[in-house]
Amino acid sequence: MADTTFTDNRLAIKAGENPRTRGVKRAGSGRGPNGRATNRLPGERALVASPGTWFVWAGIVVFFLFLFGILISVLVDSFGKQWFSTWLPEAFSADWYARAWNEFDLGHVIGVTLIVAFSVVAISIVIGVPASYVLARSNFPLKRLVLGLFLLPVLIPPITFGIPLATVMYNFGLGRTLLAVILVNLVPSVPFVIITMTPFIEQINPSIENAARMCGAGMRQVFVRVLGPLLIPGILAAGILVLVRTVGMFDLTFLVSGPPSDTLVVAIYRAMTSAGGSEPRALVSAMAVMYTVMMLIILIVALRFVNPTQLVARVRDTSDD
Amino acid sequence: MTSATQARTGARSTASLKHRMAERGIDSRLWLLVPAVVFIVALFVYPFAYGIGLTFQPIERTVTQWGGGIFANYVAFFKDPFVFESVWLTMRLALPAALFNVIVSIPLAFKLRGRFRGKRFMSTLLVLPITLGTVLTAQGLLIFAGRQGWLNRFLMETHIIDQPLQLVNNYLGVMFSLIISGFPFAFLLVSSYLSGIDPSLEAAAKTLGANWRQRFRRITLPLLAPGLATTFILTFVLAFSVFPSARLVGDPGGSTRVMALMAYRAFGEQQNYSMASTIAIMMGVVELIVIAIVLLGRSFLYKGSTGGKG
Repeated sequence: MADTTFTDNRLAIKAGENPRTRGVKRAGSGRGPNGRATNRLPGERALVASPGTWFVWAGIVVFFLFLFGILISVLVDSFGKQWFSTWLPEAFSADWYARAWNEFDLGHVIGVTLIVAFSVVAISIVIGVPASYVLARSNFPLKRLVLGLFLLPVLIPPITFGIPLATVMYNFGLGRTLLAVILVNLVPSVPFVIITMTPFIEQINPSIENAARMCGAGMRQVFVRVLGPLLIPGILAAGILVLVRTVGMFDLTFLVSGPPSDTLVVAIYRAMTSAGGSEPRALVSAMAVMYTVMMLIILIVALRFVNPTQLVARVRDTSDD
Repeated sequence: MTSATQARTGARSTASLKHRMAERGIDSRLWLLVPAVVFIVALFVYPFAYGIGLTFQPIERTVTQWGGGIFANYVAFFKDPFVFESVWLTMRLALPAALFNVIVSIPLAFKLRGRFRGKRFMSTLLVLPITLGTVLTAQGLLIFAGRQGWLNRFLMETHIIDQPLQLVNNYLGVMFSLIISGFPFAFLLVSSYLSGIDPSLEAAAKTLGANWRQRFRRITLPLLAPGLATTFILTFVLAFSVFPSARLVGDPGGSTRVMALMAYRAFGEQQNYSMASTIAIMMGVVELIVIAIVLLGRSFLYKGSTGGKG
């Protein structure tokens, strides 16, 4: 796959080589220092897109075809009646939504999902941000050990710690409770907040805090008056990533939840795999559409406020090419 | 730092104990760390240790069947082909999926950096698969790429194929779902790493006469490589713990019998908690081995101030 891409790009350069340079044929300028022909002048662009560009766009188109094919077919299926071997269902209705809502008590399920998600976000920020502040600002013995400890839950597959954790939860009699679902989801979320917030805090100039301290601010005042406002974009970004992860988290929730504490993803999975022949396909589709709509609302609201890439790197739009 | 070394080399400081501790980084600020550490010990370290202990307490059935005393679970893991094969089956899915996602992201990120109309719209579209989640992706693939789905129908109508292609309920189905959910993630990471590389480096190379290939190979790629390694690790972690899609769009009895599925089967269906923990922990071990190899390779790469920091 990659090879073809690069060969195509090479072709692109070759293709750009020939007749494109308008009119005047300059003698020496067509050769690079190593004798290879490069007649496009620096900074000049080909007028016609090169095969490489076509290839890239073709890849994007195929990807989006699949993506929208998946999305739209689920959407159509959820509204369709008796869709078997035709392009579109024979009739449309919203019955499946009503049925799914009543049969699975989706009001309760969505409520559980939102409670779990928002409490996980709140708790992981309250626990995580102070910790990442310490990790960003001070050096102390065993710092590397602590860092490693926070890194592990993010790196290890959820099932690996999920199964022992779920066993412990059941031993404590917490199995299938809302509390267990929240606790389990916190395990990857707190380290996630710490890992994303530490570099964010590092980039805040410490002399601002020092100045505040010089002026007599205590620890709490420094946090509330000085650091807090500076941290808000980072906290929002981390919080939204945690929110999305938690709503979409299947593995961990599935291990400890039971019917009263199922989140939406788990409820859909159970409907798809329920014993004795799964539920009608359209019923599952209707639930899946509701899930996506919920996610989209969360994300659209979120993206109004934050830029999710601002934690990874400060993106700079390049001015040329 | 110098004061810390002074304290270590003796010269009995007259400062108070509190002060001397603070010089070594132990001060009241550390209290802020306590909740997180307590949390991680209670909910991660303790259960994990408990799980490891559990693997040495096999249930009787395992011991009688596989022998090996307290190591019976491990004997069963390595000797039972039904279980052990799942390691290979998982790798066969996760490695190609992660590699594909990272490698294809590179040219795309390259072409799409810089400004063009609709860029913001496209990045928003790329976030879309995150909203789908694995379960909806699975459901959509089953409908869209199934025997009666639009994809097969279109290919049949245009006479590209005669028989519907078997795209779901097998290896391919899981692969599709891994790419659909993992690719946008890899792409966003690679492009943000790429945008961290100072464009003036490439511009300098351009003025010195380096062509497209030389600039990519000598300048951009070495700077991007650590970021690529990080992206690979993160996508690999995502793909490695694939579980719902392996069950829903895969062939859970055969070619996509991944480790997560085996662990869950032992946990939920056979109630064999010790075997479940064994499979789960071996899963972590296998994954960490792959990550360690990648990190080792990454440590030889340049990680300077400019460029795709990872």
